[in-house]
Amino acid sequence: MRKLAFITSILFFFIILAACSKDSGESNGERKETADKNEINVRINNDPDFLDPHMAEASITFQMILNMFDGLLYGDTDGSLKPALAEDYSVSEDGLTYTFTLRDNVTFHNGDPLTTEDVIYTFERLMGKETGEPLDANFEIIASVEAPDENTVVITLKEPNSAFLSYLTALDSAILPKSNDGKHNDNPIGTGPFKFNSYNPESNLILDKNENYWQEGLPYLDKVTFTFQPDDQTALLALQSGEMDIVAVGSHRIPEVENDFQLEYQDSNTVLLLGFNQEREPFQDQRIRQAMNYAINKDDVIDAAFNGYATKLGSNMSPAMGAYFKEGLEDVYPHDVEKAKELLAEAGYPDGFKTTLSISSHAELYSNVAQVVVENLREAGIEAEIEVVEWGIWLERIYQGRDYDMTIIDFTGVLSPYETIKRYHTEASNNFFNYSNEEFDQLMEEVIVETDENKQVEMFHRAQEVLSEDAAAVYMADYQIIWALNPKLEGYQLYPYFFHDLSEVRFAE
Amino acid sequence: MALLLRKILLFLITIALVSVITFAVFQVIPGDPVRIMLGPEADEVQVETLEKQLGLDKPLHVQYANWIGGLFTGDLGQSIRFSQPVIDLIIDRLPVTLSLAFLSLSIVIVVAIPLGIFLAKRQNKGSDIVFSALTQLGMAIPAFWLGMLLMIYIGMRFDFFSISGYVPWSVSIEGALGSLLLPAITIAIPQIAITFRYVRNTVIDQMKLDYVRTLRSKGIQESIVIYKHVLRNSMVPILTVLGLIFVEVVAGTVIVEQVFGLPGLGSLLVTSISYRDFPLVQGIVMYITIMVVVVNFVIDMLYTMLDPRIRLR
Repeated sequence: MRKLAFITSILFFFIILAACSKDSGESNGERKETADKNEINVRINNDPDFLDPHMAEASITFQMILNMFDGLLYGDTDGSLKPALAEDYSVSEDGLTYTFTLRDNVTFHNGDPLTTEDVIYTFERLMGKETGEPLDANFEIIASVEAPDENTVVITLKEPNSAFLSYLTALDSAILPKSNDGKHNDNPIGTGPFKFNSYNPESNLILDKNENYWQEGLPYLDKVTFTFQPDDQTALLALQSGEMDIVAVGSHRIPEVENDFQLEYQDSNTVLLLGFNQEREPFQDQRIRQAMNYAINKDDVIDAAFNGYATKLGSNMSPAMGAYFKEGLEDVYPHDVEKAKELLAEAGYPDGFKTTLSISSHAELYSNVAQVVVENLREAGIEAEIEVVEWGIWLERIYQGRDYDMTIIDFTGVLSPYETIKRYHTEASNNFFNYSNEEFDQLMEEVIVETDENKQVEMFHRAQEVLSEDAAAVYMADYQIIWALNPKLEGYQLYPYFFHDLSEVRFAE
Repeated sequence: MALLLRKILLFLITIALVSVITFAVFQVIPGDPVRIMLGPEADEVQVETLEKQLGLDKPLHVQYANWIGGLFTGDLGQSIRFSQPVIDLIIDRLPVTLSLAFLSLSIVIVVAIPLGIFLAKRQNKGSDIVFSALTQLGMAIPAFWLGMLLMIYIGMRFDFFSISGYVPWSVSIEGALGSLLLPAITIAIPQIAITFRYVRNTVIDQMKLDYVRTLRSKGIQESIVIYKHVLRNSMVPILTVLGLIFVEVVAGTVIVEQVFGLPGLGSLLVTSISYRDFPLVQGIVMYITIMVVVVNFVIDMLYTMLDPRIRLR
């Protein structure tokens, strides 16, 4: 009898559970039927940091939410800037006045038409004009935003800034409706091809088709689910069982997927580097830094960590940056142990030295690369001990506190070449290398006020050369991200930044 | 009545201690929630704005005091990482973890108790040795690896099981079982290995006692001797173990939820710790503590039901 009571009490627990389990979004309920339903499921490693595009910083967030928003401009697949919500634009000769003509017939997801008021609201919000709480330092150079007529917006800058146009995509300044003020994070509204349906923390982000998208006929899909799955192995299994349609796979998993799935190789526009703290012995010495460059075999790193799916680099820019990229720097320091030893001896370290290589534990990549690097350095007589720290500690102690000897990190690409390398400026707040070079500083100060594009390109080329000659870091590789796609999908495009552009993705007939 | 009061007092002290310890640990480990969330490319201006909005510019003890203050009004605060109220996040996930925990516990009970009795009856036989070996194996297998094996060999073969994600009970009972059964088995296997050995030993000890000989000499059927008398008398120690097993099961959900991508409290806890999301960590730790304390209380109550000689004092 009592045993019966025990069993009933367990049963009772389940009944309560069943009753109180709330429908937390549509989860994966409709798995395996997605193919017939004109909707897809995309794997994302992690939750977005914010859904509000002005607050968000993480590249994986934009990978998803760029489907909901548009900027005045957008970065095309080749990295060039093209008109988006601004049909047309012009820049005055002094580089201070930017005039934009807004596209007609654009509506927000809530049905409101796009007006100049929304554009002004967007920039003033970023500048923190009303609240006193600026959201992005890039917009502090704006003097005023005005609307002389119904579809023209004029932005005036305090001083010329050649990088300004690159801040006008949805990555930095997605145009938001004024009517949604205060709710941009809970219920984001934009003008993009997909609109917000629901966000279930640690589970998924669901977007629905925007029936009134300003680009006629797009998008094709009715619904997109971004599923957050931090585990690579599980994601791969989910792809193979048909639960997911787009998944990034590691290069060593290619043989398992190449027969059954479409593979797309994206140059990630990332710079993977070994950085040194140049305020510490012995890294102030250029010869030591050059010796490290000779000691490290980039091909070994690329083979060991990426199975060869990476591009060798020689400075802090990837070929994905197009014209701004300076070619040929990757061979400035060939792998040469003797040369490395010579330089070390010249600098007063004939027997090498001991140092620590601190890396974050949040991605396997860093420890894979670190092991090759340590092996390479040992050959040249440098003993580096690997210290693994948690990501939060890496950010606080190494990146912010600059308390380290050497570290390995990869910086994901942005559209602006200026943003890509400005951290090497002596005064930059994120110059965690403590790097300082007069010529480089001067180049950066000049390029930002330079209006001639050809001259800008020249200056960026020179800046990359300086970083290479001065051995500001050991630049290793831009690795590829390998996407495995449901073979029935077509229209997936690759960008030089993190963006799952799903507007043209569809199921083949 | 006095008993209940004492239990409640004990419960409050436990909660207070746990929360102070969580707080102390947070003070020791470095890391800034806003910077972790925004990553290395964070804009200084934005970091400042956010810290002001979230109240993170205040010293940690002030944040803690505010948190305690909120607790008295039933407000667990706002999660930093997810910009949502902590209570909503927990309520969303509670069903997943509770279902997983109780499903695992049921599997442990349903498998381990009969198996233990069966083996107690067959002492020193071949099967006993085989099962001893299996126990060692079951306890030694790491949960994440076992989970992977189950996914590959069972999850991938049968449509019934889903490999990642969770289907709420209210949507489909079948779907919920499909998403929870494999993780529940993953958690249960090592616990079964521990429990059935314990059950076996307890039953064997009981069978050596005089009352069993008396019952047998009265000519009572062996099955009645075992299931009605021996099992009943073995239940008290077994329950004690089940209380401990429940704690293990709840701890097990943390890893297994990661492996199977289940949106439960365990995986939320891991995320919130790595993001230094102080209000969320505190909230989840509170809930898990409450869960464990309540289950232990229920087990205490069951003792008195099983053995009237036991009086809770």
